[in-house]
Amino acid sequence: MSSSRDIILERVREALAPLPKRAPLPEWDLSRARSAVAPAGADLWPAFAARLRAVNGTPVASPDELVALLGAKGWHHGYCDPALWPALKAAFPATFTVETAFDRERVDDYQFGITSAVGAIAETGTIVLNDRGTTTRLAALAPWVHVAAIRRENIVPDLASALAVLGDDPNVIWVTGPSKTADVEGILIEGVHGPGLQVALLLD
Amino acid sequence: MARQPIDQFVEGISAEKRASVYLGTKVTHEKRDKLLHDHYADPDALRRLAGEIKQHVVENLDTYLPKVEAKLQSNGVKVHWASTAEEACAAVHGIMKARGATKLVKAKTMVSEEIGLADYLEHRGIEALETDLGEFIVQIDHDHPSHIVRPIIHKSRKEIATSFEREGLGAYNDDPETITRRARAFLRKKFLQADVGLTGANFVSVESGRLVIVTNEGNSRFSLAATKCHIALVGIEKLVPRDRDLGLFLNLLARSATAQQLTVYTEFISGPKAAAQPDGPEEMHVIFVDNRRTEVLASECREILRCIRCGACLNVCPVYRQVSGHAYRSVYPGPVGAVLSPLLEGDKFADKADLPKASSLCGACNEVCPVNIPIPDLLLRLRNKGKREHAPLAEAGSPPMGAWALMASSPAAWKTALVAGKLMNVLPKTWIPIPAMKAWTDTRTLPEWRGGEFRKWLRQRPRKADGTKGSPQSHTP
Ligand code: SF4
Repeated sequence: MSSSRDIILERVREALAPLPKRAPLPEWDLSRARSAVAPAGADLWPAFAARLRAVNGTPVASPDELVALLGAKGWHHGYCDPALWPALKAAFPATFTVETAFDRERVDDYQFGITSAVGAIAETGTIVLNDRGTTTRLAALAPWVHVAAIRRENIVPDLASALAVLGDDPNVIWVTGPSKTADVEGILIEGVHGPGLQVALLLD
Repeated sequence: MARQPIDQFVEGISAEKRASVYLGTKVTHEKRDKLLHDHYADPDALRRLAGEIKQHVVENLDTYLPKVEAKLQSNGVKVHWASTAEEACAAVHGIMKARGATKLVKAKTMVSEEIGLADYLEHRGIEALETDLGEFIVQIDHDHPSHIVRPIIHKSRKEIATSFEREGLGAYNDDPETITRRARAFLRKKFLQADVGLTGANFVSVESGRLVIVTNEGNSRFSLAATKCHIALVGIEKLVPRDRDLGLFLNLLARSATAQQLTVYTEFISGPKAAAQPDGPEEMHVIFVDNRRTEVLASECREILRCIRCGACLNVCPVYRQVSGHAYRSVYPGPVGAVLSPLLEGDKFADKADLPKASSLCGACNEVCPVNIPIPDLLLRLRNKGKREHAPLAEAGSPPMGAWALMASSPAAWKTALVAGKLMNVLPKTWIPIPAMKAWTDTRTLPEWRGGEFRKWLRQRPRKADGTKGSPQSHTP
């Protein structure tokens, strides 16, 4: 008995055999995918920040600004990637409890999670996380606030450029604003399964 | 005359529901249109290009499928093949049994609807929970999705609040935010307890073996952060040749589906997590599903296999807007469903032979389709097939055209009819004495009759100096 694989591939071949010729693969210039809002220029942070705001995300330009934002909302308990913590520690007063190990048994204890982004896309206000460069997937997803720490030089201008640098990481994720739904009567609600507040922190 | 099943269905929909589906689809369509034109000088050229790329894929699946299989395997992914719905369900079950797994969380996948996966697993003692908010509500109500992208477009917040109360998710509260928070809290526990995360794939790149999955809620991401095993159900037509082609498809998909520049979570998965990482699947499976796609490939409607399930054709369709999704009695409603659903029935094509007639052939679906599928042409081919195969449903509800032909071929009868037509504006349409017409008008509203206006205009329009009749533009130099 032949396997399902062989049956399917045989059916595909039979279905295509009568075609006199096959449709060719069109070549196309990647610049065609660039939208009118894709920026150019050397410093892409301002453009990225503007696009992030357009999708209800929150750009912050320094650790102090981040601490002010979290403190104002009373979010004092969170997680921080241990590799980032030394650089951020000084900005956090003693009223904050920040853990550098994420415990999945207590996902709801963390009001914020600070993790490293490996890049960002200015055209769309997108944060790029991956498997090897982002400490824990859950810390970037379960807390109400996710803070993605981004280096200015890792921001790419457009979506097409971001595709070109996917590399060989097994799991790259582009995050464009807070988690959201419009399933109930078309009304927009943020924070469905992921963060209700998506922050991008500029590391300089 | 036998009535069309779709007309019979529409009688049961409340005016309120019709109005909300109409509005929901119209708003999304208009936003889509604006965004595409604001962002691209010639969005139609992009749709045509995307269509050509997908047509190329469809016509070269014989080489692409083995190629992508090899690439996936070299990435550490286990590849399975399922020629029928039953085989696909059994493959999922088999993977779970081998791991001793009993709990599965499921992100939205149309293929899993198509193969009836949740029921199959539940009968075998496995908890298979939907995690997309809309799909979750469909599941607790034992209902069916009525839109590809917005599964509960047919439900009101009141109905949802009642279901949540019944399921013990809290006292009645129909605030959409409260509904969402309650689902968040309930499903979060389920994610963390689940053994397996099941997803579909929006695209698979042959070049890299990357699966691309998009969601707005983050449910697919949560299942790939919380569980240790990832199973993806993938229709064999989901391939794109290269990673760079995704630049086109991701831009078109988000704008066409939900009028977004990019879907919130766009995930590129090429294998299990790195060994040192705490979260994420250590085992990854891809199940390629045929389930009659090869029959569609052999048919004269293979273009429908380009479809990227964006739902734009549903949103623009004047028929879908009136009848909503359940009227199509299929997993795939709307214009795409009118083509795909009868074909996926295989030898039971006749059961859905009426669907290709649920269209005025206005062509709007073709104009919005991000992969430029000539849906009206395909509908005509299927109408033909219905006639050829003498499917009774292919005849049902077609108003007889004999009297029309007689009238249209006699100038005197035509003029009389034009005058009579004006009377229709003042007479209640329920008086129409022809049963065949009545079957139509019961569920449709007629526009105001304006017969004879063209003739009047033709007689009265200004003439050119040389005495010939002018064209409509002739008086504006
Ligand atoms: S047929 Fe085209 S418009 Fe309709 S769902 Fe598929 S891709 Fe979208």
